[in-house]
Amino acid sequence: MRHARVAYNGLIQNAMDTEEGIQLEDGRIVEESEVTWLPPVEPKTVFTLGLNFADHAAELSFKEAPKEPLVFLKGPNTFIGHRGETVRPGDVTFMHYECELAVVIGKTAKNVKKEEAYDYVRGYTVANDYALRDYLENYYRPNLRVKNRDTCTPIGPWLVDKEDIDDPMNLQLTTYVNGEITQQGSTADMIFSVPHLIEYLSGFMTLNPGDIILTGTPKGSVDTKVGDEVITEVEGIGRLVNTIVGEETFQTN
Amino acid sequence: MSKVKFKHQGIQQIKEGIYQADQNRIEFDGKQCPLNELSLDVPVSGTVYGTLLNYKGEYAKLESSMNDDPYKAPPKAPILYIKPINTHIGYDAAIPLPEGFDEVSIGAALGVVIGKPAKKIKKENALDYVAGYTIVNDVSIPHESFYRPAYKEKARDGFCPIGPWVLDRDAIGNPNELGIRVLINGELKQENTTSNLIRSVERLLEEVTDFMTLYEGDILLVGVPENAPLAKENDSVKIEIDGIGTLTNKVVKEKVVVGGGIV
Repeated sequence: MRHARVAYNGLIQNAMDTEEGIQLEDGRIVEESEVTWLPPVEPKTVFTLGLNFADHAAELSFKEAPKEPLVFLKGPNTFIGHRGETVRPGDVTFMHYECELAVVIGKTAKNVKKEEAYDYVRGYTVANDYALRDYLENYYRPNLRVKNRDTCTPIGPWLVDKEDIDDPMNLQLTTYVNGEITQQGSTADMIFSVPHLIEYLSGFMTLNPGDIILTGTPKGSVDTKVGDEVITEVEGIGRLVNTIVGEETFQTN
Repeated sequence: MSKVKFKHQGIQQIKEGIYQADQNRIEFDGKQCPLNELSLDVPVSGTVYGTLLNYKGEYAKLESSMNDDPYKAPPKAPILYIKPINTHIGYDAAIPLPEGFDEVSIGAALGVVIGKPAKKIKKENALDYVAGYTIVNDVSIPHESFYRPAYKEKARDGFCPIGPWVLDRDAIGNPNELGIRVLINGELKQENTTSNLIRSVERLLEEVTDFMTLYEGDILLVGVPENAPLAKENDSVKIEIDGIGTLTNKVVKEKVVVGGGIV
């Protein structure tokens, strides 16, 4: 089953995907274009992996793959839903997307072993973890000024039940900018797999239901400009559409 | 006499009271109650952001290596991190000492509680966006490097005591001249003041909200002073901040902590 959170005629509702259209929890069936898409899970604690694909680490000139997961956290300010707009500040010269498989935790997890890790997964969604490389600094890198800006983490459209995904470690990741493929990879090439990440994180802290792990991105990061339509797609999970806008869109004078 | 907002354990709504600092008690609903008789919960529910290297002494300790690997240059913008929900505990709750560690470092931080959404605000009116102040203990596993985010050291369960309450903003004349003290088992282990901040509360709010929105109920920690004291099993840790009060917690082995208490 594929689940979403949407706003329709002023009401926020859970919804699911059906053959006839999107079914709201009050029973109505509506078109995809009639709803405002919200993040499919309300973000609380959200982990993100840096350098979790060897080819991407090499692309960023890291000679050696990391020995333990490079994890950072995001705040609720950064998330927007499917078909949202992401701001590119005027002074930035390099802003790139990152297509990522996002894992949603389903039950409280502490000291979970790899072998049991999938028992703690609720499902999966797609994230686009934009980075604004101009602001990178070598303190708690990647710093929040690069990675936790308002609107810079689109997520959705669907939360897909884990039962519907045979092997989350063998899914194609694809990014399209204005219809052209610019990034391709596979979750099979992650350095630290989903079960490994759950073991690692739950080994030092409690994971709660609704927590989200963004699992990192493969190589193929290119600069995006105002007006670009960026689609990040994870095979079997969904296509997340986003548009880059300039700061003036958000300025009120 | 200062207005405070606090939260009883097990009760959702926030209470208002008057903190009588000289008696260490609060008055609410017509009652006078000593602090140690109250069972208090975390008084806010937003995101807690910490700030690295915002005390002059802390910055000075690293300054000579800032041009070397891996830092390569001094920091330009505020360096933030998040203390996630699993770390938040209330006044008097036990700080779990994880298996395999003998000590934790005590990060005595002034917590600025946001009162309304703050985005690209200016320092001149930054305090208009502040609801009040609280005391936060940014507990960590001691570590030396600031190159990579230190979540394995900072995001452990119970590593962020917050409280005892949120003191009303107007009860503090200037948040940039507050004395901060850490006492362990009653002994003074650290003394500093927010007058040693590199970025004042107002300037920090301006520079942080330039790149991200802070929402009502979020807490921005202004920084942790240098030479953070260490606490071991069974130590009673008290952080005092002028005018705000004291935050007390005890360090207890993780395996005997359940729900903030001891089994």
